[in-house]
Amino acid sequence: MVSPNPEFFNELTAAGAGDVKLCFQCGTCTAGCPSGRRTSYRTRKLMRMAQLGLREEILNSEELWECSTCYTCVERCPRQVPIVDIVISLRNLAVAEGHMYPNHKNTAKNFSKYGHTVPVKDDITALRESLGLPGIPPTVLASDKAKADLDKILTVTGFDKITSE
Amino acid sequence: MAKYAFFLGCIAPLRYPGIEKSTREVCKALDIELVDLDDASCCPAPGVIRAFNKKTWLAAAARNLALAEQKGLPIMTICNGCYGTLFDAAHELNGNPEALKEVNEVLKEIGMEYKGTTEVRHFAEVLYNEIGVEKIKEKVTKPLEYQVATFYGCHFLKPSAIKNLDDPENPHILDDLVEATGAKSMPRQQKMLCCGAGGGLKAAFGDVAMKFTQTNLENMQASGAKYIIDVCPFCHLQFDGSQKDLGFNMPVLHLSQLYGLAMGMSEQDLGLSAHITPVVL
Ligand code: SF4
Ligand code: SF4
Repeated sequence: MVSPNPEFFNELTAAGAGDVKLCFQCGTCTAGCPSGRRTSYRTRKLMRMAQLGLREEILNSEELWECSTCYTCVERCPRQVPIVDIVISLRNLAVAEGHMYPNHKNTAKNFSKYGHTVPVKDDITALRESLGLPGIPPTVLASDKAKADLDKILTVTGFDKITSE
Repeated sequence: MAKYAFFLGCIAPLRYPGIEKSTREVCKALDIELVDLDDASCCPAPGVIRAFNKKTWLAAAARNLALAEQKGLPIMTICNGCYGTLFDAAHELNGNPEALKEVNEVLKEIGMEYKGTTEVRHFAEVLYNEIGVEKIKEKVTKPLEYQVATFYGCHFLKPSAIKNLDDPENPHILDDLVEATGAKSMPRQQKMLCCGAGGGLKAAFGDVAMKFTQTNLENMQASGAKYIIDVCPFCHLQFDGSQKDLGFNMPVLHLSQLYGLAMGMSEQDLGLSAHITPVVL
């Protein structure tokens, strides 16, 4: 059963995805979408579902996470619909309701822990040194103060809610 | 002399340090001064962190932009993902008092402010637009007669409405840069097809990402290319890491590594031991 939610448009607008209203359903996006060619994800359909307010169907869907953000559709859309921005905004809403893949949660945890999306590895540290680079790169990894600053940003913006179980 | 704050990102320094090393050496050879952007974090990644929480993404990006602003330098990235995030964030913030005010509410908590003045550049585009193919040719000491497949990736040129670097459907700047070394860029089908890794696809649906990669590899091989030249450590990781499973064997080099070779760096210094697909030169 589909359950249209007329309030959803206001929520989308607040999330920065109000321009979905510009879509006139031509299908150019789906036609050129490399993900749609390989999965059941249909860009045009997602835009329509957003217009219709099919909130739960979208936020629960696997397809929402099958866009590779390649921007092919954005380049070609005759209505300049910011499709990738809309996908990102929808994903924000999904994550806020706890829809998140385990590997994505790991990436988020890496970012919290290291300030980078991938962990430090000993063999790479050794390779860096053999190349004459500092073993630990001169980033947030090398400064407790910088890391504390980043941690603060993550807390203030609510990122810790995502990484906690 | 051109001078930039060097933004490392994650995958280059922590998985392929040879890309970082080569970039430093190549910039030295081309009289580009790189100043380390100390204390920078992940950009943060546009397809994952931005997809999880835009507010965190923008504030952390603004912190990186502010670090460069404090040095009074434009940022140079070597990764399409970093370029995507930092360029987008700067586009959203610079000259937009309302957005700046909002992000500075967060930065205030750590005693920082972003005024909205940082310019964001990509290594490949800096070479093309600031140095130029002719000057690069003069620095090539070891011409390379490789047949290569150039891989632009998605977030280097797109969205073109704000980046405006080249034709996003039929570009030439990376081909011109690669051919400056004596290599030949082989034309192929679906040249602008995404590698498959972006948008969190690699993490959540690795098998789908692999299908993108496979089509790319088939088209590259059919073109007669022997090497893949990229401008993004994440595309690099996708092509380098997937070939064993997909039954291909084309060495993958970041543009900085190709240039390092052509400008006389030792193979040792390119950090090729981190590559999963063996690099036979
Ligand atoms: S190309 Fe644009 S207008 Fe056409 S269906 Fe897709 S989003 Fe809508
Ligand atoms: S950005 Fe996403 S929806 Fe658009 S063409 Fe690429 S994969 Fe498809």
